[in-house]
Amino acid sequence: MSDLEKREDNHEDEHIYDGGSAVVPSDKIEDPGLEPHRPRLADTDPKAADRAEKQVAAMFAISIVGAIIAVWGYVAFPITGEDLVNTRYNALWVGVGMALSLLGLGFGAVHWAKTLMPDHELTEERHQSRSEPETRAKAVEILNMAGDESGLSRRKLIRRTMFGALAFLPIPAVVLFGDLGPAGVSDKMRVTMWNSGVRLTRDPSGVPIKASEVTLGSVYHVIPDGLNDLYHKLDEKAKAAVLLVRVNPGVLNEPEDRKGWSYDGIVAYSKICTHVGCPVALYEQHTHHLLCPCHQSTFDLADNCKVIFGPAARPLPQLPITVDEEGYLIAQSDFTEPVGPSYWEM
Amino acid sequence: MAEKKSIRRKPWATSLVILLGLILSGGGYAAATTTVQNEASSAELVEEGRKLFLANCATCHGMNSEGTNAGPSLIGVGAASVDFQVGTGRMPGQASGVQLRKKPVQFTEEQISAMAVYVASLAPGPAIPEERYLDNTGDANHGSMLFRINCAMCHNAVGAGGALTEGKFAPGLEGVTEKHIYEAMVTGPQNMPVFSDANLTPEDKEDIITYLKYVEENDSVGGFELGSIGPVAEGLFIWIFGFGFIIAITVWLTSRAN
Repeated sequence: MSDLEKREDNHEDEHIYDGGSAVVPSDKIEDPGLEPHRPRLADTDPKAADRAEKQVAAMFAISIVGAIIAVWGYVAFPITGEDLVNTRYNALWVGVGMALSLLGLGFGAVHWAKTLMPDHELTEERHQSRSEPETRAKAVEILNMAGDESGLSRRKLIRRTMFGALAFLPIPAVVLFGDLGPAGVSDKMRVTMWNSGVRLTRDPSGVPIKASEVTLGSVYHVIPDGLNDLYHKLDEKAKAAVLLVRVNPGVLNEPEDRKGWSYDGIVAYSKICTHVGCPVALYEQHTHHLLCPCHQSTFDLADNCKVIFGPAARPLPQLPITVDEEGYLIAQSDFTEPVGPSYWEM
Repeated sequence: MAEKKSIRRKPWATSLVILLGLILSGGGYAAATTTVQNEASSAELVEEGRKLFLANCATCHGMNSEGTNAGPSLIGVGAASVDFQVGTGRMPGQASGVQLRKKPVQFTEEQISAMAVYVASLAPGPAIPEERYLDNTGDANHGSMLFRINCAMCHNAVGAGGALTEGKFAPGLEGVTEKHIYEAMVTGPQNMPVFSDANLTPEDKEDIITYLKYVEENDSVGGFELGSIGPVAEGLFIWIFGFGFIIAITVWLTSRAN
């Protein structure tokens, strides 16, 4: 209260400073002041106060029950790995119990404060944003003294090396983060595991695929041979995943320069959407449409995976394939364009 | 003396001899010609299937199953295809549209198998799967991995189904029989691609079916499924109930006690 009274004393000072360029309207609404104090039911009626007390106690009791439920749920549904479904009930009852115990405590405390604790109004005035003149003068004095005592203006060697050190400080960060930029990664984004002679194998087993095994209307999810032996195989899979489909060769509308890229109606396209990189694998056998589940980009597989709907901006890259002497499907080369989402340097 | 009359002379003796003769000759003939008769009954089944086909299917699929503008050729689709399409009620189709839907089955088991035998007799194609692949004794864990790679993009990770283009959709797999799931994989009905035995072996298919039945029969590990359709249902739930609850609490917190 003493704080508030002190502010009351300072009240007159407020008018020392003018309002600057602020326009003070003459017909501004007057401060209506505080609302009249309205006593609560519990203040006037002892029965109501009694009731409120019981309500608060009930909420605290619910909190206790919640804590017990949480412990019961944890013990009654142990997560042993033998029965995975226990996870559901374990999490459910531990969660419900802890929620009840926290909410019961919180609701009880708020209800207690709102109904039973004193509710008289207090007013606190805002202090002025400008400091007292003495404080301001003292601050200037301290700054000047620091300048004098450090000798920053006199000792030129220290000043120059200090500025030099500050200038060099961010350089490691620039070098480190520079590798995140386009200059450091463009090769990684252009090159995948596919190369001349790499066999097309099944995802996830890595068993090579014979052309004769790809029946009409079949879809194979394909990874390059050797991917499963890599330590960072997901990094490579993210770029090299391919969808292999066999259609009636008559429906393929292949341009001259891609005539040799398919094998008897078997075509291979990158599975990574050129929009934001989701796996495009919703293949419709009769319409030859490939649909991306994330943003509904639709590619026409019969027409070089041209975009026929949705936000993707370019066709899915095609992997040129052929067969080796044993009849297994192999790649002729890497993709001839970058796979995945388009980026600036393309 | 009449009592001592030889059996030969009794009035029913002739009938007995004729009956014995008939049984012996008939039984012997039957034993000798079992295989021939089986072929004959199979031929009858094909004929019965052909009649059912002509009466119910030929309008769209052609008198010789060669296909018309209204329906594809059935030569080489195999018994599995007929069993799936007719056994789930998708065929005979009711109205043309982007996708034929499941509806009450129109034929008896016998009629369906007769039609399946007829269509299979036209050209070799996928057969109705063997029982041993349908008893859910596969490896659900391996099946789950194969399902996620080959099926989940359309049918959803737990087989809840999902949307395709232009009103088509991948149906939910809950409640579909093991046999029909197998047949769908091997034949690729409508816009579903084919997963031949060279791609997913019969054992792989068994694993996938075992996984789907495991999911169907056990409660979801992750809590309430809300249709298992992912962020839309979950987001809607949290926007309505989660934020609704928070707003209600905020209103209560800032209100004055009366």
